[in-house]
Amino acid sequence: MSRLGPVFQRLRDEGRRAVIPYLVAGDPNEGLTVPLMHSLVEAGADVIEVGVPFSDPMSEGPTIQKGHERALAGGTSLNSTLALIAEFRQTDLETPLILMGYANPLERKGYAAVADACAEAGIDGLITVDLPPEEVAVMNTELQRHSIDNIFLISPTTTEDRIITITEQASGFIYYVALKGVTGAGHLDTEAVEAHLAIIRQYTDLPVAVGFGIKDAQTAARVAVCADAVVVGSALVDEIAADFSEHQDDARAIAIGGSLISSIRKGVNLATSN
Amino acid sequence: MTIDINPELYAQVPDAHGRFGVYGGKFVAETLMAALSELENLYNELKDDPVFLREFDLDLAHYVGRPSPLYEAARWSDMIGGARIFLKREDLNHTGAHKINNTIGQGLLAKYMGKKRVIAETGAGQHGVASATVAARLGLECHVFMGEEDVRRQALNVYRMKLLGAEVIPVSSGSKTLKDAMNEALRDWVTNVDDTFYIIGTVAGPHPYPMLVRDFQSVIGREARSQSLAMTGKLPDALVACVGGGSNAIGLFHPFLGDNDVAMYGVEAGGKGVETGEHAAVLSAGTPGVLHGNRTYLMQDDNGQIIEAHSISAGLDYPGVGPEHSWLKDIGRVNYVSATDTEALAAFHRVTRVEGIMPALETAHALAYAEKLAAEMTPDQHMIINLSGRGDKDILTVAEIDGIDLGAL
Repeated sequence: MSRLGPVFQRLRDEGRRAVIPYLVAGDPNEGLTVPLMHSLVEAGADVIEVGVPFSDPMSEGPTIQKGHERALAGGTSLNSTLALIAEFRQTDLETPLILMGYANPLERKGYAAVADACAEAGIDGLITVDLPPEEVAVMNTELQRHSIDNIFLISPTTTEDRIITITEQASGFIYYVALKGVTGAGHLDTEAVEAHLAIIRQYTDLPVAVGFGIKDAQTAARVAVCADAVVVGSALVDEIAADFSEHQDDARAIAIGGSLISSIRKGVNLATSN
Repeated sequence: MTIDINPELYAQVPDAHGRFGVYGGKFVAETLMAALSELENLYNELKDDPVFLREFDLDLAHYVGRPSPLYEAARWSDMIGGARIFLKREDLNHTGAHKINNTIGQGLLAKYMGKKRVIAETGAGQHGVASATVAARLGLECHVFMGEEDVRRQALNVYRMKLLGAEVIPVSSGSKTLKDAMNEALRDWVTNVDDTFYIIGTVAGPHPYPMLVRDFQSVIGREARSQSLAMTGKLPDALVACVGGGSNAIGLFHPFLGDNDVAMYGVEAGGKGVETGEHAAVLSAGTPGVLHGNRTYLMQDDNGQIIEAHSISAGLDYPGVGPEHSWLKDIGRVNYVSATDTEALAAFHRVTRVEGIMPALETAHALAYAEKLAAEMTPDQHMIINLSGRGDKDILTVAEIDGIDLGAL
């Protein structure tokens, strides 16, 4: 059973927004991933999005591409990602976890086997960048067997007709891609985001998370005013990678990641405290 | 081998979802879905529109130089001593390859859509040159993505693109070849989708690209069909074409698919040998998966990571293949075979010396397999090979492999 619904309900009751960090499993090494996840939760993350490394991550900007390359160089796969998730679940049964990735590793393993393995490991939702509504039906049916949410993406180019189709099928939350571009791009327009979110909310009561282009406490705070959740990816991947590359020290890099999320948590809380 | 497939089947693909059987589809990020729908709707309106088709045909006639000749390679046929061999001379097209047929068509679509900028991915550089050519003629800004490794291998084409006013953007991610160039082009498109038309160079990518590229390239097969009838009084017994993404092969094959007596051979790059793992024989040795917007055969490992392809020719160095080819393989209509680097190089030299036609290294793979096939056939039979491109761009590569120092000649 997905933990997403109850967690978002509790946040909504408390008038709070969710902070959702994104990391690539196995980046920069597999040993760092689970301790980092725990540290992010301590720093105030409500949900964690775990990227499955892929050789051809077509929607990622250079920062997250490099994260995928580092993880692949260390041998991380879909199976080992799920093993890391299971390890995290040994001590955290509360925090919702989302698997984010590309279709081919799922195709290779088989959709039914993926759904079974996700349920077994303790995954609550799946985001598959290149499985738009037109292609996701089979995967979604498998996920529903285990009450795992398929998280649909809506972008600035999504027409109102498509928003209606997508919101009808969606569960968990809606992921709004805040800009036309790849992850980590720098041209976030918060007014446009607010306008699009208003349209989406005409058709669904599901929480709406906003990602792509949120890099610090300031941008997170601006987006949090209208969103139910903010996703922070490239900034986190970049800071951890830069620190690890310089010091080769897991604990240091984990602390850097925790402090970024902690500062974003504070920014979001301040912006939404009234 | 006799084929017994209902010819009406071929008109039914792709279906409304862009599927060829289980292959094809629209596996892209949500941001691109609106642009793909817009393109699909426009193309569905234009594909039977007499004004659009007349404009396309006129450009093919007066700018590309079509129809391309069907030439009987009599001396080479005699040397082999089997079937009569005819070459469909796509190398004589403007810019020297079949690629221009498609860029003319997509260039027109860009113009109808009012786009100011086009982007393209390229491997050998032929599609990049063909895109830059069309962009120059239509006055469009053109950015071509090309793997760093290919920029090095195909310096002449890089310079041609620059002369034509295009900006060539070297891609340093992943394997630094065609697949990475396509990733980068998709990233650009997702960022600049409002004003940019993506000219995909082969019958791959998300729907409607495999369909519209096929349609634009099918002029090759339509011409070859009537030329064969005019020159020999019958349809060919066999068709042979090289397959990377597979656009020249689909272009030749498609108008003949319903003719069950015409055997078809798609020749993939066997690289150092399919058994070595260093090859690009996707249909011979790959497995189905999803890459670059469609489901198709891929070279991939057990975890679904894409494996680097290897070929002497940059244009065949792609770990995927057009989805229609995957379907044609599964239904048994086309035989997919391979030729190694060494075999292709030998055929390159042989046809250059015997016929005075220097083929592209991509094309040389088709020639290498055709030699074996022709020898097993009889003089009352004939085959058509798609001579998809000329070899000028490959001269430096061939010289390097043959250990020739051009400065010392």
